[in-house]
Order: sequence, then structure tokens, then C-alpha cells
Amino acid sequence: MSAVQLKPEPEVALATVTIDGQKVTVEEGTTILEAAKRVGITIPTLCYHPDLPPQGICRVCVVEIEGSFLLQAACTYPVRDGMVVKTNSPLVREARRMAVELMLARGDHNCPTCSRNQKCELQKLAESLGIRENRFEVVRVPQPKDTSSPSIVRDPEKCILCRRCVAVCQEVQTAGVLFPTGRGVHTEIAPPLGRDLAEVACVNCGQCILACPVGAIYEKDDTDKVWEALADPTKHVIVQTAPAVRVSLGEELGMPTGSITTGKLVSALRRMGFDKVFDTDFTADLTIIEEGHELLHRLKTGGTLPMVTSCSPGWIKFIEHNFPELLDHLSTCKSPQQMFGALAKTYYAKKTGIDPKDIFSVSIMPCTAKKFECTREEMRASEYQDVDVVLTTRELGRMIREMGLDFPSLPDSEYDDPFGISTGAGVIFGATGGVMEAALRTVYEVVTGKELPSLDFHPVRGLEGIKEAEVDLDGTKVKVAVAHGLSNARALMERVKKGDSGYHFIEVMCCPGGCIGGGGQPIPTTLETRRKRVESIYQADKELPLRKSHDNPAIKKLYEDFLKEPLGEMSHELLHTHYVRRPLV
Amino acid sequence: MTSSAQIEKRIVLRNYGKIDPNSIDDYVKAGGYSALKRAVTQMQPAEIIKTVKDSGLRGRGGAGFPTGLKWEFAAKAQGSPKYIICNADEGEPGTYKDRLILEGDPHSVIEGMAIAARAIGASKGFFYIRGEYVKPIEMVKKAIEQARAAGFLGKRIAGSDFEFDIEVRSGAGAYVCGEETALMESIEGKRGESRVKPPYPTDEGLWGKPTVINNVETLANIAPIIENGAEWFRAIGTPKCTGTKVFTLSGDVVNKGAFEVPMGTTLRTLVFELGGGIPNGKEFLMAQVGGSAGGCLPASLLDVRLDLESLREVDGSLGSGALLIVDDSRSVLDVVRSCMKFFEHESCGKCTLCREGTARLARLVDKIAEGQANTEDLKLLERLSRIMERTCLCGLGQAAPKPILTTLKYFKDEYLIRVSDQATPKGA
Repeated sequence: MSAVQLKPEPEVALATVTIDGQKVTVEEGTTILEAAKRVGITIPTLCYHPDLPPQGICRVCVVEIEGSFLLQAACTYPVRDGMVVKTNSPLVREARRMAVELMLARGDHNCPTCSRNQKCELQKLAESLGIRENRFEVVRVPQPKDTSSPSIVRDPEKCILCRRCVAVCQEVQTAGVLFPTGRGVHTEIAPPLGRDLAEVACVNCGQCILACPVGAIYEKDDTDKVWEALADPTKHVIVQTAPAVRVSLGEELGMPTGSITTGKLVSALRRMGFDKVFDTDFTADLTIIEEGHELLHRLKTGGTLPMVTSCSPGWIKFIEHNFPELLDHLSTCKSPQQMFGALAKTYYAKKTGIDPKDIFSVSIMPCTAKKFECTREEMRASEYQDVDVVLTTRELGRMIREMGLDFPSLPDSEYDDPFGISTGAGVIFGATGGVMEAALRTVYEVVTGKELPSLDFHPVRGLEGIKEAEVDLDGTKVKVAVAHGLSNARALMERVKKGDSGYHFIEVMCCPGGCIGGGGQPIPTTLETRRKRVESIYQADKELPLRKSHDNPAIKKLYEDFLKEPLGEMSHELLHTHYVRRPLV
Repeated sequence: MTSSAQIEKRIVLRNYGKIDPNSIDDYVKAGGYSALKRAVTQMQPAEIIKTVKDSGLRGRGGAGFPTGLKWEFAAKAQGSPKYIICNADEGEPGTYKDRLILEGDPHSVIEGMAIAARAIGASKGFFYIRGEYVKPIEMVKKAIEQARAAGFLGKRIAGSDFEFDIEVRSGAGAYVCGEETALMESIEGKRGESRVKPPYPTDEGLWGKPTVINNVETLANIAPIIENGAEWFRAIGTPKCTGTKVFTLSGDVVNKGAFEVPMGTTLRTLVFELGGGIPNGKEFLMAQVGGSAGGCLPASLLDVRLDLESLREVDGSLGSGALLIVDDSRSVLDVVRSCMKFFEHESCGKCTLCREGTARLARLVDKIAEGQANTEDLKLLERLSRIMERTCLCGLGQAAPKPILTTLKYFKDEYLIRVSDQATPKGA
């Protein structure tokens, strides 16, 4: 076979390498793993994750290099011109299998009872490498699960020490709560100082769950609580669905990534027995009205600027731990989930004449941090826990599978009144930049009294880590910034801390890509799947007749009937909150 | 029989026992720091590197990489500042040469570091000394202060524009921190674990900057090489492995101690002439050469020359120069078991093969030694060892199976007599 030639760029050194007899010319410094992909060879990997720096520690991707005694990790080893690589020699196959056998021989790898059964990279690897027996005796040292967090469970016995969660926690999110501790076979990935997750500065974002190739870290499963409520005739069980869930539940249930399944989602929830199926998008619109007015109020009265969004509970806990001195910058608005929760057990209860103690309020979220958020003591405006249970997209997917619903073939249905009407502005809350864009759509029209020429604010869209824009509100220039992923949020907050950021309004979403990349989303969630889900979010926005929160008739009615005015007394009581300083250690 | 004085050749131990190690004046009187003066006032960095390259000096920490070449890589590497690190994390069981050098002549190493710094363009050096080495740490710190006061460290060294200073750091007791990349992680304040290579330290070392890491013994050779020239050094030792090596004898041998001899001196000379043979009327059974990660060589190999190439030919390694002598009253497998226990304890836990593999090797050897193993276990021991030496991330895991592989080669019967197919069916 002839070499695959790339046109040489003047300053890029090229290397021609032979991989399993196939010649390929790539840029010098390309890893063997990447070079092999160019000739159609997928070298098996485990500690490698496409969105994280390669580590070379699991030793599953080792290959033979002619002239070298040592096998090298393909995910880290750069090619050199003239290099001859074997990815499938008897030695390579033996080494690879040995690495996997050794992993399988320590801990609990009982697939049927594992949260990642059939979605486990180790399981797939064992299958594709043809491991039918393990030459090593299984050693199990019982280690307790860490169930201290309301969001995340850690099961050290399933951990294969690939450290992908560590990279996410340290580098992508900079929450810095997962570390290797101990050494040798006693190594464990754990929070520092022998503490449990609930006792450290974990923000419950769940990005570690998405990074984990096995079932060593997963969401706290609350499905049984919901089944129980649904079976209880004394309970009026209502549910709200977050914007991001409609573009990802289909994926969880076998449909293509980015499938928009709003109508099927409603049908499924109704078939499961929820008494009312509502939309968090409704309270997303409400958030825009409250938050938009709060921004205008701060601009007018010389309040603390920049104002920073507060919808993302992972972000909230992060700033509480890491920048407690900046808490005044946070909008006092509750998140859409909690606005919904507060209204459900007050306004809705009153309107329907149902005793709030009999209302069981469930929310379907792309997020593990929401599980923590609903338990915060500030979130009891109704004097009950406003939101009783949060289920992630994955948990809802499991319930639908358990029930045997053929999701892809379900018909579309509409949300229930009164919390079922929403706008495209609510939908785009699911993507990074969406809250900013939704707010700008409303703030612009409120301030200028003019209709926006175009509703699309492109500078705040997309997956760039920190985005900036300037909006002219009839002569007043408003400078805004958007960050997603906490390392980006940290960088932005360091600038705010210095006091010269110049921004008026900042949107922060805890998870890369925004809520569509949340810790409760289908696995795998990668840059690639995040991108597709973001596209679908904007598609869903485009398809809606109403795309501005202040155009939502149900919101108007809510103010007329109940709240009276934005930032009013009732809003203050139900829709706004405060934050607490939390220690780092 | 030749006298030990005729066999020994002292370069790195040139001042040992002759000068007061706490006195810089003594060191200077013995010719100390004149090489540094020459290096900074009369030699260009390239000339220093060429001299060290021509001398054939190879790293004394175990890997045997040509020192001059390493310096050249760092000198040519992009990036600033550059660092020189002295690796004094001497943790190889049975090895105490670095301690002797530091306690006997700390200035010889400081001088070597300063010359290395001049050669590669570093202005900052780190002396990474094993935490348990309380006395050497104190002595080195004191020597650094003296050198500073005498103008051999700090600004305008020996009246030139050359500026260089050294900071002492110590580890918390992990064997793996003697591995150069783990050592750098430790200096950076991180968990002591090896990094993936490449990038190599000479390109991206300490804090991502070009860094040279040299062993204590390597650095102690530098001043004499600069003083006496490359030719002088090349005349000692073997053509490919020049100079001397400090061997530390321990175990079942009459004279336990350190001996500096030309590279290529035979094992027999070390054990029976300098070491005085095996005590208590016992016979020589084997010598483990190079530390716990070294090969176990039988009596039939007593005439092997102790240099990098000759030892490699018999599947051994020069390692740190530790010589553990074992007499015939002991069991080969007991020695192997103790080594495997050590590696299980010292594996950092980063890569799968070493973390899990060292523990499995230890279990398998235990099982065999206790007569609980079958031929499948023995096969697995051999295969795991073979895979580990080629697949582990760093030298620790790659070298850990060496005692097993060499005893399987030279003492196979010791295994076979303990293995039975009537034993437990499978597993480790």
C-alpha cells in the first residue's frame, strides 16, 4: 500500500511511520494512537478519554516499536520518522490482556448489578480482547461505598484507578476533591484527608461520573422514591422537565445523539403515572423576568456588578467554597427548578386546592448537583421541601426501560397547564450562553421598547470556554461574558476579583457545554455529543412560536394573578434566595 | 593475592577519610574547586560538555546514560530557566555509596553540580536528599553555606559572570522518588509518581523546564574529569564503561563495606579479594548485583566483569552497585520473596502493570516458596515478569521482576522442586 501523503506545510515537520505494515505520514509529535486511527486501526484504550490529557497509565494501549525493548503507550508516545509500530503482535496482545486481567482480578466486577452494566468500557474491552478466563485469582478487599453525598456515590471496589475522574475534577472543573491516595495496591481515588464527598468542596457536578469508564462513581439513585410516590394514591405527583432533557433522553434510550423528543418525554411521564407533567422551561422564562429586572435594577441603582447568574447549583456551590467574597455578585434568583418547586407547593396548590403536603414534586434534570440543590435548607419556601426528588436523565431512562416503554415509538403529547407553556428563551437555558441570550432578548426589549431585529446572539453561543459580547441598549453599552466548565469560571472570577473585568453581566454554567453536558446526562458525554445536543437546543428554540420570555402568556398571567410584579414581595419570598460561605477544607 | 590498595582506584572517594568533610578549606587544600574555577573562567560550556562526553562517563544511578550527552541535550533544549538536580534519594536496599560520598566529601558533589550548571546554563540547582539521611542533609546544607561564603556558589562565581545556587530538598521516604521523574514531581510538591516519557527531563523536566538529573556518584566524578582530562578518565575501566564504580558489599561476606574499583573488575575480585570471601565456612551461593532490582548471579558467573555491558550480557544489571552476597545456607527463594515484598510496598500505584503486577509477583513467589503452587502458577510468574519488564511505566516496575527472571534462569530447580501439579488448581 502506498503512503497516505499529506501536503507538507512549510513549518510542520512530518513523520512517515509504518503501523502494522501500513504507511502513514503525519505531523511529528502525533501520538501513535492518533496515527493508527488514520490507517483504520483503533488501538484499545482505557485511561484515555478524548477530551482529557492522555496519561499512559493503564497500559492497555501499549504497542511494540521496532528496535525498542520496551512497549510504549500509544496514547502518549509520539511518532518519529521511520518508526515501525506493531499494534497486534503476540507480545502486544499478551501485555494488553494481562493489564485487563489484572484489573478484573481486583475488586468487585460483578457486571449484572453494576450501574454501568452494558455501558462499561472495561466490560467492552474484556469482550473485545476475548478474555474468557482470568489467570489471576480475584482479590476483594471490602471497601465501603461513599454514599454521603446526595448527588454522587463512590464505589472504590469498582475503581480501576484510571484517574480520568481526577483529571476532570482537578483540571476541567478545578474543584480539586478527587486525588490518588495511598500507594501501590492500596491506592484509592478519594477525597483528601480521608473525608467523605459530602465533607469536602465537591460541587456535585458529576463530571467525574461522565469520565468514569466503569461503575466506580455514579449518581445517587432516587428512582425507587419516585416509583413509591407514583404508587401512592394519596400523593399528587407532579413532574417538571429541564430544557436539556428533551435533547438527550432519546439518546439515553437508543435514539441518535441530539434527538429532540419533547413530546415523547411528556407521553412517557404521563404513561408512568405522573398526575401533571410540567416544564421547567416555564420557570426558566420566569427566571429571565426576575433576573432581567434584577440586572436592570443593579445597573440603575449602582448595585454589585457584574451580576452573575445563579441557575447552576454546581456553580453556586463552587463559588461558595472558592470565592465566598464574591457571593454578592450572584443574582439572588433561585434556579428555574427551585422557582418551579416553590410555585408548585404554593401557587399551584392554592389554585388546585391540593394540600401542599400531598404534592410530591419530582424534577427531571441533566444534573446531579440539582439533587443537592433541592435539599438546601433555603429551598423550603412552601415550608415543605419544595422539590422532593430530582432524577437525572439517566435515571428517567432506566425507569422507562424498566417499565418497558418503547420510547422511540411513543406519540407526542403536550405539557399540562399552567406550567406547560414556555418559550424558546427557556429552552436555550440548556446550552452554554443560553441564559445570557434569553436575558438579552428580554432586557433589550424592556429597556429599548423596540423589537429585536434578530433574536440570535451568536457571540455568546458555541463551546469556546469564555465568550464575551457587548450589547447596545439604546446608548447604554452592556458588557457580558459567558463561561462554562469551572476552570473557565475560575479564570473569569479571578478577573472579577481583581475588580477590573468591566463586565456587567456574567453567565456561568458549571458543566462544559452547559446543562446538555451535565453530570446526569447519557454516557458517553463527550465534546462531540455536547456539540450535537447544543445544536438541537437551538433547533428546538427556532421551532417554537414564542422565543422571548416576556412574551410567555402564562408568565404574564402568573404575575397578574399571584406575583404582582417582578422583584415584588411575593417574588422575594418565593423566587429569590441567599448563599452561604463554605470552607475549602 | 593482590592487596586491596592495588585493586581499588579512588576517584569519587578521593578525599574520603583524608579530609575533614565539614571544612571547605580542607577540600580546597586537596585541590577542590579548582576544576570549577577553570570551568567558569577558562572553559566555554561546549568545551565542558565535550570533555565530559569524551571521558565516556555514564550515569551512576543505574541507567548508565552518557552524562555528557544528557548535558548536551539540556544545553541545546529550548526553555528557561534550566535546572540541575542532584539525585541523592539513595533508596536501593544494600546501597550506601551516596551517603558515604556526601558524608565524606560533600563539596565534591557541589562542585560537580556547579560545573554541570555552567555547562547546561542553569542558575538554580536542587539537591534532593533522602529524608532518612539526616546527617548528610545537615552536612550538605553546611557545605552549601560554606561554598556560598567562599564564592563558589551564588553570584559572580570565581569572579566570573556565572551565577548558580543550590537548594536542598528531601523526600518523605518513597523509593520511587529516586526515579528521576517521580523525584521532580516530589520537588514540585506533588505525589511522588513517575511521569510518562517522553518528554524527557532534558526537554521538559522540573516545572516543565529543561533539567539534568545526575546521581551523587556521577557528579563526584566531574571535577576530577575537568582537572585531569577525558583521556585520563578513559584509561580507567573498560572501553565502553569508563572510570570507576563504588560497590557496596553486604550480606554473607567477610568485609562488608564500600570499594571503589575500575569498571570491569570481576565479581570474584570484589567478593573474594576485597570482600574477603564467605564467612563461617559457608560457600558462595549467589550475589544480587545492583540492588533489589538487580539480577541474582550464581557461582558460575563469579568471573563476570562488573560493568554495564558485561552484566547486561548475563541478564543482570549494574544498578546502584550494591552487592548482596548470599551463602549456601540460605534459600534463593527467600531472597526473591523479600525483594518482591519490597516492590509491592514501594510501587507508587500509578500504572496497572506495576501496581497490580508487583503484588501478584509477591503472592506467586510466596505460593511457590510455600509449596502451594502448580506449574500453571510458575508459568504465570514467568509470563507476568516478562510482560512487566517491557510494559511498566517506569524503571521500578520494569526492573522489579529481575530477581525472578534471573533466578528462573540460574536457579530454576529451586522453583521446580517446590511446584507440584497436585497443588491447588489455579490462580494467584
